Amino acid sequence: MAKFISRRLFHLIFILIGVSILVFLMLRLIPGDPAHLLVGEFASPADVARIREKLGLDRSYPYQYYIYVKNLLKGDMGVSVRSNVPVSQEVFVRFLATVELSIVAMLISSFIGIMAGVISSVRKYSIFDYCSMVMALAGISMPIFWLGLMLMYLFSVKWGILPMMGRYTMGLDHHVIAGLVILDSLLSGDLQLFFNSLKHLILPAFTLATIPMAIIARMTRSSMLEVMSKDYIRTARAKGLSYGAVIFRHALKNAFLPIITVIGLNFGLLLGGAVLTETIFSWPGLGRYVVDSLSARDYPAVQGCILFFAVIMVVVNLAVDILYFYLDPRLRIDGKG
Amino acid sequence: MEIERREIMKRVYISFLLLAALLMMPSFILAQTPVKGGTLTWGRGGDSVTLDLAQATDGESIKAGIQVLENLVIFKKDTMDVEPQLATSWEVSKDGLVWTFKLRKGVKFHDGTPFNANAVKVSFERVIDKNHPFYKYGTWRYPALGLGPVKEVKVIDDYTVALRTEKPYAPLVANLALWLCPILSPAAIEKYKEDIGRNPVGTGPFKFVKWIKDDQIILERNDDYRGQKPHLDRIILKAIPEVSARFMALQSGAVDIADDLDPDSIEMAKSNTNFKIIERPSVNVGYLAVNTKKPILSNKLVRQAISHAVDKQTIVKTIFRGLAIPAKNPYPPSIWGYNNKIVDYDYSVQKAKGLLAKAGYPNGFDIELWAMPVSRAYMPEPVKTAELIQAYLAAVGINAKIVRYEWGVYLDKTAKGEHDMCMLGWLGGNADPDNFLYGLLSSDNAKPPAANIAFWENAEFDKLVKDAQTVFDKAKRTQLYLRAQEIFHEEVPWVPLVHSTIVRVYNKKLHDVPLRPNGLNSFQMIWKEK
Repeated sequence: MAKFISRRLFHLIFILIGVSILVFLMLRLIPGDPAHLLVGEFASPADVARIREKLGLDRSYPYQYYIYVKNLLKGDMGVSVRSNVPVSQEVFVRFLATVELSIVAMLISSFIGIMAGVISSVRKYSIFDYCSMVMALAGISMPIFWLGLMLMYLFSVKWGILPMMGRYTMGLDHHVIAGLVILDSLLSGDLQLFFNSLKHLILPAFTLATIPMAIIARMTRSSMLEVMSKDYIRTARAKGLSYGAVIFRHALKNAFLPIITVIGLNFGLLLGGAVLTETIFSWPGLGRYVVDSLSARDYPAVQGCILFFAVIMVVVNLAVDILYFYLDPRLRIDGKG
Repeated sequence: MEIERREIMKRVYISFLLLAALLMMPSFILAQTPVKGGTLTWGRGGDSVTLDLAQATDGESIKAGIQVLENLVIFKKDTMDVEPQLATSWEVSKDGLVWTFKLRKGVKFHDGTPFNANAVKVSFERVIDKNHPFYKYGTWRYPALGLGPVKEVKVIDDYTVALRTEKPYAPLVANLALWLCPILSPAAIEKYKEDIGRNPVGTGPFKFVKWIKDDQIILERNDDYRGQKPHLDRIILKAIPEVSARFMALQSGAVDIADDLDPDSIEMAKSNTNFKIIERPSVNVGYLAVNTKKPILSNKLVRQAISHAVDKQTIVKTIFRGLAIPAKNPYPPSIWGYNNKIVDYDYSVQKAKGLLAKAGYPNGFDIELWAMPVSRAYMPEPVKTAELIQAYLAAVGINAKIVRYEWGVYLDKTAKGEHDMCMLGWLGGNADPDNFLYGLLSSDNAKPPAANIAFWENAEFDKLVKDAQTVFDKAKRTQLYLRAQEIFHEEVPWVPLVHSTIVRVYNKKLHDVPLRPNGLNSFQMIWKEK
């Protein structure tokens, strides 16, 4: 197991080298001069030239890459061109906001998705099955933008039940411990902030959860259907086990591998930030930051973020693989090395 | 009997009305006396980039920063005229090179250190002097618009400071009123170094408290502020990037002010009695630059024909929904020296065709029309505008092909003069005509990479705008600018399209909400009903 993990982490090095080169080149191949974008249409040509020199953009690409990697090895991701703040700092704060939203969205989507999928598969071709699968289809195809704004309009403006944006009510004091508001408020015993932030999470998390929820529901249904026709399910039933025990202990457990894969993949994607949801709900997350940085051609910021995503994807995939070991006894025997 | 009853009913009715009026009166009277306290929540399109305004180029940074930092001089509350802020008075030497400012006494920065001539020297020198120890702490983006012309800052005594320019430069005071020339606490700059932009320490009516990136900035009242202290306890600037969400936040009461709303939302806000709206002509211009170095377009008659072909009224009505005025001069009427005697080229297909025939193009010609890829206040829907212009040109026989590039590339290529015609605009920050006329239309700025993207060179115009820089008498400067606008009108290097209207929509509980033509105001005087 330890060998497996260390091998995967060793691969990470090569992935990072590849990603860094790719991002470095792609950024410079897309048109747009960062210096010009930084100063905007009101700057004098001399100002633009001065900024370009200051950012080192007047040097050759190999030299720029050499400097970039050299600093990276020292743990320095560079300084954001727009804000003059180290990229690592910028990324980390926003990442925590994204993590909070993603975890809650994944909890919602996994719970509802799996439940809907299980019931659909058990009551195959029933009204519930049709309804939930149509809902799942709608969930995948519904524009997030529209859904978010509609939820916001109904729940916040019209009925006034839920707060419409942000992580907590403006002006409340958040005593930062770990950076996750829910966790911090619990740790510092601030129940008002805890419930406040929880309420603030509902709309954005639900909006963000719709697509993964739909995917998980469909995956659960098909995976369950496959398992339900297996011999050991018939055996379990013949043994006289209760219906619930057959479904949850025998069927769902065996159907879980593809579901976990889908959940892991989606979680990884969400951790990269959800631009639309973050934009609609004014959530200060990573997705918005990457897009803003990209449109400003903030090279160090984009490079930093993409490298960060690469690490996250590898780690999440690794976590899923480790989960496989626990879920599937066969892997524990075959895959010892 | 019947009459009597009616009479009684009438009396009852009248006394009821009177009572109602009486009951309403106190709240009406109360509403006019400022209430102290409360938090102003301010929804806007994005987060600030830096609060060290000498480094700022974006509106969101400036909006927040000017609550905290102050300048030597500042624009008046609702106009673009300059008045003293941290200076009390100033004078210019006879040769026009040395500006001496007397400073306000007894002012303290938010960190408790005193404001004096040295603070001015440090705040300015860090921007213009490469050898200054604080120079490396910032990225100074627009020195040319702000302190660029200043060559030396000299402390005469604790409360007198002198600025020397290389050449006489009349717009200097207007430059100093710009956000680009704030006075910060030297002790704070030394303490925070590169981080000064995240920890601004000035002398303004509000103190900086906290900044949560991409989310909110919190400011609180400076209780030591000289003179009129702010009424509000706090200001929270909240970034709400999505425009519909921003308007919903205003509707639900989550924010008190919502900036940069779209015409649809403004329309809805107008019919809602919970909101108040201020409209003011802005200090910008959206224009269609005609590259005078291209063979066909070098012909003045062709450029005049294009001017006749474009229907600006319709652009104002359809693209701006009325929130703009058609432009006839290169700068807006809200800035002094505007030549109102000029009669714009009227929209006339006939006249345009006639001029084209006279120029030798009775059947028109093919041409490229470059459309901006981003929307700005002066050009909210560039592509639609380009399509409209394309249709207008087609009507007179000119076949325009719309060309689009990504924004950075667009700026780069137009600065090099690769376009035939292109759309762009300008926001005259310091509200000085020089900013438009010299900056965008002089031959000094017509060499690639150029700001004069019409690449228009006119000797008489050049002389007028250059002379105007060295004349300190406003009446005389005005005369020079009036004439310069006549030449511009005759030669048509641009088709000036519109000056947009700036709108502020806010909750009716707020009072004394100001709005300068550039949209940048201190919120010191605002108060909020309980």
